[in-house]
Amino acid sequence: MSEMLFEIRDLRLSFADLAHKPLFGAAPRIEVLKGLNFDIPRGDVIGIVGGSGSGKSTLGRAMVRLLDVDSGKIRFEGTDISQMDEVALRPLRRRIQMIFQDPMSSLNPRHRVATLIAGPLHLHGFDQITERVDFALSQVGLPLTFRNRYPHELSGGQRQRVGIARAIATEPEFILADEVVSGLDVSSQAQVLNLLEKLVSDMGLTLGFISHDLSVVRRLCKTTLVLHQGEIVEQASTQALFDAPQAQYTRDLLDAIPLPEVTPGWLD
Amino acid sequence: MADGRAAAKRPINPRLWLSGGWLLILVVAALAAPLLAPQDPLAQDLFASRLPPMWQGGSEPGFPLGTDSLGRDVLSRVLYGARIALLVALVAGSCTCALGAVLGLIAGYYRGWADVVISRLIEIWMAFPPVLFAILLIAVMGTGLTSIIVAIVVIDWTRFARVIRAEAMTQGAMDYVASAKVAGRGRFGIMIREILPNVLPTIVVLLTLEMGIAVIVEAILSFVNLSISTDDPTWGSMIAEGRAAIHHSWWVLVVPLITLFLTVLSFSQLGEGLKDHFDPVLR
Repeated sequence: MSEMLFEIRDLRLSFADLAHKPLFGAAPRIEVLKGLNFDIPRGDVIGIVGGSGSGKSTLGRAMVRLLDVDSGKIRFEGTDISQMDEVALRPLRRRIQMIFQDPMSSLNPRHRVATLIAGPLHLHGFDQITERVDFALSQVGLPLTFRNRYPHELSGGQRQRVGIARAIATEPEFILADEVVSGLDVSSQAQVLNLLEKLVSDMGLTLGFISHDLSVVRRLCKTTLVLHQGEIVEQASTQALFDAPQAQYTRDLLDAIPLPEVTPGWLD
Repeated sequence: MADGRAAAKRPINPRLWLSGGWLLILVVAALAAPLLAPQDPLAQDLFASRLPPMWQGGSEPGFPLGTDSLGRDVLSRVLYGARIALLVALVAGSCTCALGAVLGLIAGYYRGWADVVISRLIEIWMAFPPVLFAILLIAVMGTGLTSIIVAIVVIDWTRFARVIRAEAMTQGAMDYVASAKVAGRGRFGIMIREILPNVLPTIVVLLTLEMGIAVIVEAILSFVNLSISTDDPTWGSMIAEGRAAIHHSWWVLVVPLITLFLTVLSFSQLGEGLKDHFDPVLR
């Protein structure tokens, strides 16, 4: 078994620029990912940061194969999944899960919590589904009475916990979390981050954590990858990156973190 | 539990009860028409022609809503007419809904060439004037109940397909669809399990609207004598006959007209009521 869970090699992805499509002929392409190379070792918690439009969400969606890539390799445990079709991917889907930014739109409003969590379990032929749903709920700290709730009956933090429960229910090796705390208030943010931290250590998960919020990444992630305009600017251990950023763009990002400035004597 | 509590708190929707009540009465009346009708709906009695309804002077017992110019009992004919109206509403409505919703879902969710084909088909279809289209179809197929139902389905499926396509497109872009894909659900499974439940309220509203429309179309075709045989009591043919007699016996026109009006209104209100009732967010 490979030491690296994910190996990304020269990953390229582009979208058709329909706004500039000529009347005849193909639309020009906008390159979003411009040949990315990086590895994710098993057990790592990797923060993927970058400004808006840097391609971090696109990278995430390509890794879980919600998007088709142009070229390059995405090796998951040594197997290249970049060109696999949906049917070939299906057995791997159990092991690669995703948590979405907006839990309101990523949870089907017509399904109850129990159905939402049980969905992936049914698809992958699990038995004892009721017990597994209950276990997933207890792991994310939701009471079992929530089984019969609809998503709109929950608070933002609770909804995101359901999203997490759904992702961990199939006991995956890798979870991609795409801006999962951006929509939450500060106290829910802290709770969800604590929960992710606990799950990573309890379940031996490998976590990809996409965020624009560097303070959050600093708290949670072991390594950090900085993306800028579809290219990797810097990849280092989070500690090293925050202590001694190498790239100018990383320094700019770090400088942009608002820090409280206390004027001496403001309390008097 | 949570939803049991919510359901108990829910106020009774008067729109749902009133429309559902009227339609229930109509269904019972249609099923029990042979028991309820005081007269044979086809029996003519020229000695009892143009009898007024019972609250007016000169009425006769056994003809509570009066008679038409051939002496046929208006109440009996409206009761038997309900059978045809409801049959057309149910069969034509459901078939139209099934055809249009399936095509709309496929076009809206699968996109690609399926969408291109179905969308062009809808555009071509909608360029035909519907009433002329119906008359043309019935001229080709011949009159009769089946022809009417086929005509309604063939003409009106676009009404469903257009709306459901747009709705399926909107739903298809939601993250819960991506989430189901990551979970490993196939495209067909996503369409049925994820998209369809979210499109269902729209389908229900359109279905009940379509039932009302089917009743109107049947009445229009009866009015221009293109429905089933002229003898059979349909609301449309009664209105057509009543129109000729409006100056001396208004009830021949007004009774089927009010029945038709209430029925079509009830269908549309039932749809709105059901949509609210089944929406977990509004619940």
